[in-house]
Amino acid sequence: MSYVLSCPNCGVREVTDFGFGGEVSARPKSRPTFRELNTYNYFRRNVAGVQREWWFHRSGCRAWFIAERNTLTNEVLFTARPEEVGEAGPGGRGQGGPDGRGEDGPDRPAAA
Amino acid sequence: MSRLPEQPGEKISRQRVVRFKFDGTIVEAYEGDTIASALYAAGRRTFSRSFKYHRRRGLMCCSGQCPNCIVAVDGAPGARACTEPAREGMQVEHLNARPGLEFDAMRATDLVGGPFTPPGFYYKTFIKPRRWWPLYEKILRHAAGLGRLREEQQEREWRTEYRRRHADLLVVGGGAAGLRAASTAARLGADVVLVDEGPEPGGRLLIDGRGERIAALVGEVEEARVETLSRASALGYFDGMVPVWQGDTLHQVRARRHVFATGTIEQPLVFAGNDLPGVMLSDGARRLMALYSVRPGTRAVVATTSDRGLEAAIALHEAGVEIAAVADLRSIPGSPAGTLKRLGIEVMPAHTVVEARGRKAVTQAVLQRVSGGGEERTFDCDLVVVSGGTVPASSLPLQAGAQSRYDNSRGNFALTELPEGVHAAGEVAGVEEFEAVLRSGELAGLEAAHALGLGDAASRGRVDELRGRLALARDQRAAVAVPPPVAGSRRGKCFACLCEDVTSKDIHLSIEEGYDSIELSKRYTTVTMGPCQGRMCQLPAVRLMAQETGQSLEQVGTTTARPPWVSVPMGILGGRPFEPAKRSSIHGRHRELGGNVKWAGDWRRPYDYGDPRGEALAVHQAAGLIDVSTLGKLLVRGPDAGEFLDRLYPNRFSNLKPGRIRYGVISSDAGRIVDDGTICRLDDESFYVTTTSSGAGAVEEWFSWWLADWAMGVHLTDLTQGLSAVNLAGPRAREIMAKVTGLDCSNEAFAYLDGKRAAIAGVACLILRIGFVGEVGYEIHFRAAYGEHVWDALLEAGAEFGIRPFGLEPQRILRLQKMHILVGQDTDSESTPFGAAMPWIVKLDKDEDFIGKWALEHYAQTPSATSLVGFTLPDGYVPTEGAVVLDGAGSAAGQVTSARYSPVLGKVIGMAWVPSALARDEARVTLSDVGRTVTAEIQTKPFYDPDGEVLRS
Repeated sequence: MSYVLSCPNCGVREVTDFGFGGEVSARPKSRPTFRELNTYNYFRRNVAGVQREWWFHRSGCRAWFIAERNTLTNEVLFTARPEEVGEAGPGGRGQGGPDGRGEDGPDRPAAA
Repeated sequence: MSRLPEQPGEKISRQRVVRFKFDGTIVEAYEGDTIASALYAAGRRTFSRSFKYHRRRGLMCCSGQCPNCIVAVDGAPGARACTEPAREGMQVEHLNARPGLEFDAMRATDLVGGPFTPPGFYYKTFIKPRRWWPLYEKILRHAAGLGRLREEQQEREWRTEYRRRHADLLVVGGGAAGLRAASTAARLGADVVLVDEGPEPGGRLLIDGRGERIAALVGEVEEARVETLSRASALGYFDGMVPVWQGDTLHQVRARRHVFATGTIEQPLVFAGNDLPGVMLSDGARRLMALYSVRPGTRAVVATTSDRGLEAAIALHEAGVEIAAVADLRSIPGSPAGTLKRLGIEVMPAHTVVEARGRKAVTQAVLQRVSGGGEERTFDCDLVVVSGGTVPASSLPLQAGAQSRYDNSRGNFALTELPEGVHAAGEVAGVEEFEAVLRSGELAGLEAAHALGLGDAASRGRVDELRGRLALARDQRAAVAVPPPVAGSRRGKCFACLCEDVTSKDIHLSIEEGYDSIELSKRYTTVTMGPCQGRMCQLPAVRLMAQETGQSLEQVGTTTARPPWVSVPMGILGGRPFEPAKRSSIHGRHRELGGNVKWAGDWRRPYDYGDPRGEALAVHQAAGLIDVSTLGKLLVRGPDAGEFLDRLYPNRFSNLKPGRIRYGVISSDAGRIVDDGTICRLDDESFYVTTTSSGAGAVEEWFSWWLADWAMGVHLTDLTQGLSAVNLAGPRAREIMAKVTGLDCSNEAFAYLDGKRAAIAGVACLILRIGFVGEVGYEIHFRAAYGEHVWDALLEAGAEFGIRPFGLEPQRILRLQKMHILVGQDTDSESTPFGAAMPWIVKLDKDEDFIGKWALEHYAQTPSATSLVGFTLPDGYVPTEGAVVLDGAGSAAGQVTSARYSPVLGKVIGMAWVPSALARDEARVTLSDVGRTVTAEIQTKPFYDPDGEVLRS
């Protein structure tokens, strides 16, 4: 794996400068069923193709941003600040890929 | 000494002598020598012992390609003696031979062990009886391998620098083609990086005595402002990124286009005894003469399949080496044969070498007709120069996605289709003649530049002209190259692979046993898997496979090209470039005070100052001072700050009064504990959040991630590095504070869990009255620049009260007495606040949503299978952290997470996860700890000051 991403603040950098936040998807807006909760916490769509992802410029400006990437080719289609993508509002930023399938779990790493 | 008179292009300075040691003996070298050239000049012929049979091996390629001269330099194995410069005082040692290089006991494997060491012998010879496997393993581990790492390594001794370089064009290979390609593209405006393995560019020109041509080409490159990296190896091709190893630096070069001008690798011939010291590739012999002015022998036999060997014979003759015989595989030798004839040297057409004889080194060579018939002729000699044709060094373009096919006219696998963005130039592309090589370099440079959008009509016109001339040269190529046969396999071991000691018979056997494809045979015999990575053995192995199976070479094909192309130290790949050691601003004082400094995550921290129990007692009896600058420190400001924290923590912060402190545990949406710390509300719109030391970075990422998602009116500032912090704690702490600050520190004015701002010793501080260690304590945060000043002032003020600095270890004892958890030590990724006995931290009555709410609602209703509790042990035994907690049936049901001897309580205390049914006071659990079983008594309240009266006093 080796490619570059363009940080919306800093510009083009090696992928190893960034932290990967996983595919973008929305946190449930209201109380989920236990099954929905576990799906949200533990299941990923794992798309073979284009998906929207969270990235963190760990060795740079330390900002989170959204990228659209082809997981088969590692081609990065665009990167953008969260407010430039999707609707505003809690849990709804940058949700969903172009196909609108954005209702599954986010991928927050354990922070410890 | 076998030095030649001064050679025109020699790289040695004869006025400057450097001395180094080889196996303890002093060797004299000239500056510019390699280890190998100096040793060879001093008469050494054996440089290593082979991998399996421990046969003597001598110099062969002299260019860092073959495995024969791998040595250890200053204790680090893996250096090629033939490319490693001789340096004053260096310690060079042989590898893989005991007791010594000249007498190697494991040589027995060659003399008597042949039948016992076929391919896969691990699974044949060493399979029965099964109970001996551990013994076999010991023997084999001892016997195998190419050197030993030093037992002792200084911590982080090796420093690797990573450098990112984005360029328009990367040219790999600094020979004629690479130099011309680089300068051509750079002249048209491209930003070009050129990497070359050698100490200076030039490639094969260096041994051709074409110094003036090199100088001109290098001049062009410099003038065109190409960045040239010498002694730099391109390791592989990773989606357009090429890591280039140069000394202690790994350049990660990402270019838009690539020109590979990596040249060719000369091939050995396969015949009996082809590994004897004294059997050398023609370029190897020429490098010794041309670069280091070392005469490779006195009387040579030359065997070749092309003009390369004939040219080497001329060069040897000129250097005063007597040529005993020249065998050319071709029935009509090339034009240099005429020159040789004029020198009085007869070339034997359609002949090849079938055997090299000798004990320690070559003493005789046997030549015979290629057809096998006719009389064999034996010549005395101390040098056999061989040239079995070449293979393109095409691994990097192949890794990039190029295709290759067997080319009958060249006798090797040639590059065919190149992927987008990749060009090949020079010998690797099959161009041999010097002017043609330059043209192909220019063409690649132009094509790369044009693809980058550079160039003009004239440069485009030039492309057509170059293409035409190169096509013409291609058409004039000789029809078919005859592949050299394997000769003399009945006479002795014929090595196809020198790295792994794979003989022609081994490949024959592997096919007989069913490993009849090149990829299978590779894995079975390990051919191509050694240090040369197939440079010397891939083509011979493919030929043997074709010969044995009756397939064409094209049908056999090649093994897959994979990185790394060059042997590279793991330290270069595994460096810690972006993780510098962190030291607090008070670190110097810890050293002066005799602190026992160890790693704690990225930090260097004092574990104790020599007396952990005494330091812990001082905190109870007088006062202690600890540096806690490593804590994560976040400033959360803005109109939505309170609501933001309410969403991130299971408890509430929006109702926290300014100047007050509350403990918080961060939970994930899965309800698991992520981190903990204290939060002090500074004013209506700002909160000061501390995190664990190890979690500081991750919590900041976590906060900023949710902030990016929620877009609230909050501003986040990470003050971890900017602020230092110390914790002053103990019964005399208040008196000490009174001496250094005007702040009223009485319990009435400054209560437990108050946070106040005041000057201490003249420095503006935030003072948090919290009690991690269980005594009245003041955690003091201030600008890092004042670290030593505040530390000194507190120690000075406390001296009359008996203050002592205390380290991490006494702090762990003290906090354990209070059952204050350490996230990551007492909890893991499965721990919930309920299991960790902190249900009070979760405020499920909060109306608003918060991270982890739904999962925690679930866990509130579902009892945890295990719970975190304290325990005591009566007999002074301190169990290992990780000791197993057994249930009634004797099965593992939990584990000990912390255990210490408490000097103030006079007993062993600890924390453990135990079955929830046993999580009650005075219950007994059995701990199993490395074979020892002990009974512990459960305690659910803190061991020291269980009701917190001391803390609040």
